[in-house]
Amino acid sequence: MTTNASSLPPDGLRRRLLAALYRRVPAQLLILLAPPVGWFGVVYLGSLAILLLSAFWYLNPVTSAVVHDFSLNNFQDLISQPVNRTIVLRTVTIALAVTITDMALAFPIAYYMARVAAPRTRSLLFMAVLLPLWSNYLVRVFAWKIILAYGGPLDGLLGIVGLQGPEFSDVSTWIVFSYLWLPYMILPIYAGFERIPGSLLEASADLGGKAATTFRRVVLPLVLPAVAAGSIFTFSLTLGDYITPALVSKNQFLGSVIYLNQGTANNVPFAATFALVPIGIMAIYLLIARRLGAFNAL
Amino acid sequence: MKSDRKPGGSGRWLRVATIGVLAFLYVPLLFILLYAFDTDKTQSWPIQGLTLDWFGAAFDNQDVRDALVLSIQVGLGATALALVLGTLASFAVHRFSFFGRGTVSFLLVLPIALPGIVTGMALNATINASGIGFTTLTIIIGHATFCIVVVFNNVIARLRRTSRSIEEASMDLGADTLQTFRYITFPVIRTALIAGGLLAFALSFDEVIVTTFTAGTQKTIPLWILEQIQRAHQLPVVNVVAVFLILLSTIPVFLAQRLSSDTTGVAGR
Repeated sequence: MTTNASSLPPDGLRRRLLAALYRRVPAQLLILLAPPVGWFGVVYLGSLAILLLSAFWYLNPVTSAVVHDFSLNNFQDLISQPVNRTIVLRTVTIALAVTITDMALAFPIAYYMARVAAPRTRSLLFMAVLLPLWSNYLVRVFAWKIILAYGGPLDGLLGIVGLQGPEFSDVSTWIVFSYLWLPYMILPIYAGFERIPGSLLEASADLGGKAATTFRRVVLPLVLPAVAAGSIFTFSLTLGDYITPALVSKNQFLGSVIYLNQGTANNVPFAATFALVPIGIMAIYLLIARRLGAFNAL
Repeated sequence: MKSDRKPGGSGRWLRVATIGVLAFLYVPLLFILLYAFDTDKTQSWPIQGLTLDWFGAAFDNQDVRDALVLSIQVGLGATALALVLGTLASFAVHRFSFFGRGTVSFLLVLPIALPGIVTGMALNATINASGIGFTTLTIIIGHATFCIVVVFNNVIARLRRTSRSIEEASMDLGADTLQTFRYITFPVIRTALIAGGLLAFALSFDEVIVTTFTAGTQKTIPLWILEQIQRAHQLPVVNVVAVFLILLSTIPVFLAQRLSSDTTGVAGR
């Protein structure tokens, strides 16, 4: 009893404090929200705001120092130089090609996993698709650099039938990106297939729908949001990347221009202006994806 | 579920396509393994001969060891920060309604939704302007920024599936807020924290672009690999490190599989 009594006062104080806090919702909210929101506000949004602001600054042509004045010069340069248009067009084209390729590759395996495979096979396949996502990005690009290299395995194998590999070109960028982001497409589509109730398919069959008709008129519309969700990853990850194009191609990408202007050319304002291009394209893409219901399928 | 097993040829066609996609995913990794044993440094086809020398060379390489240590430090630091901040944010959003509640999850996902180079440049400009210099801490700050959302997503998904009545029962039975958290809430979200933490660590361990802008002259494992690929002086050593990393990545996949009844979403992204 005495030991119990001696431990009571601090415990009682703690209890009273906690009870008081429990009644004060704003105080609790402040304790919970202040660290993450404060962190984000200061570290991230602050940095982002400065970056976006600097898109309107420019370099003094003589001293190359950044002039902190409002100007639209960078935007004019961005639009007037044909090379920029070529690069933007190349990046968007490859991002779309990668997205379509990954859709085509993901559909059969996702369908097989969700609707045909036995539970054991399914969980094995699930792990097999997941593993590349966890393994190092650069390792996976490096694998393709070896395969695609001049005189490398692909050239060697294709050489037997008198062909040549794509070596380092836009085609290799397309292949490597399709490889890198494929799991991001498979997993949402798999989840989409799995969500379709079997009774719907039975109903379609009972009403005389053949397998192909059921697939086209029932399954496809129902997985469309999942496909749109997957395409957000494949499209946006391709759009922002500059390392893969630098390693497996000689052609510049959106990100490469930003990177070169930020680093080598030391023209941060122009880099910031150019960074608005992928942000703008992604904003449009996300609006379309939302229309297709992508955010309910994530 | 199994009722839509298609009759005849289409089932076989599906199986062939599945095997084809799996081959596409794994054959490139086999080439990494193969060239880790190649005697020739130039990595041409076909390989010249087999050797184990590169494994010794990689093990003795001080740069590799330093980069590995740095990557682990950064991963642990970023994961710890993300666990604390992500959990706090998920509780705030789940438990309370307040002005701007809908924007919190949107805000947190921004660093992943925007191209990494944008986040990288923004942080780089701020670090330069503040004059704090590029240290391990700046890499951790950069990584934590995009790791918070994966913890947030995992924890809030768990909270949404958990009834608050078990906490109320605990309070009714006389437990105070801290005791309830310790004995009721924490055990409920524990596996979500493990899953989110694993994912945060893996994201940090793998990150290249933001790291390029926040590391200064320091080298994490991905930055070391990038530099080696570009210089091409000792590519077979890169192969050995790559094989090691591929083997390492099987650990979280197995752990995630064991937690799979609790994990959520597509890799949290």
